Amino acid sequence: MEPVASLYELKDLSKSYTRGKESIAIFEHLTMSIPQGDFIAIMGPSGSGKTTLLNLLGGIDRPSSGAVECEGVRVDKLSEGKLAKWRSENVGFIFQFYNLMPTLTAAQNVELPLLLTKLSGKQRKERVKTALDIVGLADRAGHRPRQLSGGQQQRVAIARAIVADPKVLLCDEPTGDLDRASADEILETLQLLNKDLGKTIVMVTHDPSAAKYAQRELHLDKGRFVEKELNPEPAQ
Amino acid sequence: MFKQIGAVTMMNLRSIPQRAGLSIATIISIALVTGVLLGFLAMSNGFRATLQGTGSESVAVMLRGGSQAELNSGLSSDDVRLIEDAAPGIARDAGGRPLVSGELYVIVDGIKRSSQTEANLPLRGVGERALDVREGFRIVEGRMFEPGTNELVVGAAVLREFQGFDLGETIRLGTNEWVVVGIFSTGGSVFESEIWADLAVIQNLYNRGTGVQSIRARLTSPGALEDLQAWEEDEPRLNLDIENETEFFADQAGGTAVLIEYIGWPLAIIMAIGALAGAWNTMYSSVDTRMREIATLRAIGFSGFAASVGTMVESLVLAAIGGLVGAVAVYLLFNGVSASTLGSGFTQVVFSFAVTGGSIVAGMVMAVVIGFFGGLVPAIRSAYVPLLTVHRSE
Repeated sequence: MEPVASLYELKDLSKSYTRGKESIAIFEHLTMSIPQGDFIAIMGPSGSGKTTLLNLLGGIDRPSSGAVECEGVRVDKLSEGKLAKWRSENVGFIFQFYNLMPTLTAAQNVELPLLLTKLSGKQRKERVKTALDIVGLADRAGHRPRQLSGGQQQRVAIARAIVADPKVLLCDEPTGDLDRASADEILETLQLLNKDLGKTIVMVTHDPSAAKYAQRELHLDKGRFVEKELNPEPAQ
Repeated sequence: MFKQIGAVTMMNLRSIPQRAGLSIATIISIALVTGVLLGFLAMSNGFRATLQGTGSESVAVMLRGGSQAELNSGLSSDDVRLIEDAAPGIARDAGGRPLVSGELYVIVDGIKRSSQTEANLPLRGVGERALDVREGFRIVEGRMFEPGTNELVVGAAVLREFQGFDLGETIRLGTNEWVVVGIFSTGGSVFESEIWADLAVIQNLYNRGTGVQSIRARLTSPGALEDLQAWEEDEPRLNLDIENETEFFADQAGGTAVLIEYIGWPLAIIMAIGALAGAWNTMYSSVDTRMREIATLRAIGFSGFAASVGTMVESLVLAAIGGLVGAVAVYLLFNGVSASTLGSGFTQVVFSFAVTGGSIVAGMVMAVVIGFFGGLVPAIRSAYVPLLTVHRSE
């Protein structure tokens, strides 16, 4: 069996915030590797650093010390401009509250990451259609977010996250605002993206049943991984 | 980059209805600033146009040296005679008589139709030559006064703005009663703000002897003015300021028009500071309500610059709409509206508000400047929205 190439290498990663004169450590000396094609669910109590870790992976926050490497690129060392470009090429974000632009249609929302590429208008349209097809919302392309259900909005957000074909999808409580049925649909979609399209997915969740859809579960507490669990047969 | 800016700008503009109250308040405040400025400029333009439209380069105006205005000038009948007999460059009629008009200028009270308040009106005493030294004079109603009578003719603007001057009416001016026998027009020039009567009658009623206050003379050509000025300088019996009529009225217009602008601009600027605070508040609110959207765009890879330009464009668009609303409102409400104000002769000059292209441009520039400074700090702020705001719930 061929060894799977590593996508992320987190080395001796520490993150702390300063509140007044007090320094609050979120986590210290965290080291881990995320292989390409992995689907990890990161769990843990509030304040354990799950979302902070996701932010560091996505380059929207910087570590206090240590290194975040993605395919050999020191993400934590990139300038703001290069970091924005890196994010646009490598990362797709999915947020708990969908973060869609309320004045844009579903298709326009999905097209946003493509505006940062050199694709022509026609190519962009094709890519948007494909992305909406994948999440099963091609018939809702012209709808604005408020005309869609929560589950549909999150699927539009997933389409936006995958449309530029990023290497990794970073999901912050993607089902946290949804009912069980919609949540399962979203998780199935993520699983499909992982299995069929080979997307690496890192998902932060509080929900144990959501975590079961991942290949691996990592439990973070007080800045340390306290439990690593393999899901030999992820939920279907 | 342009695609990014376009997308962000489109989102900002489309989201304006979500902040309708604040946006409308900003538009109204900027419209008011533009309106006030344009109102004053329209007044200034109209006043200037009325006076400047009056002059002819072929007519010389002579006042006593240093007097600056007809009201404080004083010339004798000998001065008039000397000019008629000896001055060079003066045009003559078919009979060889010089086209020179000595005129008296006194102030009487009129009642303004709009406010029912008294205001100064110029009563000009003119002789038979007065029409020879003016352009475009015509009686539009009635007839010219008869010399030696208490008849008068009034300018069309006086009839429009003041009461009691209708044709055939008898009006008391001071201690004297007059009969209005004619209405005249001079094509919108300042003379339409005057009342004319016979020179000799005015001299008599106002105890002016045979003196006049100004002398007008038709020149053989505009260039003849220099000959006339040179002759006067070498003539020890005369002490005159001589200009052609165009220069004379330009000087007369300048003071009041500049004064109007000196009031208008500072007032508009003070109001602009208030409007700027409004625009600032609106744009701050705009950025505040879209913090998560902006952070999301930046997380996706959009630049802070695009977010910043989008905010600035929104501010400029609101300001431009405000400016346009103000300009259209002032144009519809005031352009061509007749009004009167005190001219440099301490008498009322009737003029029409003139909203010109130049003043609209000035108003729009002011509106856009308000938009720029009102949007500047919010625009900078939107470029630095913390990316971690993406996780904020709304």
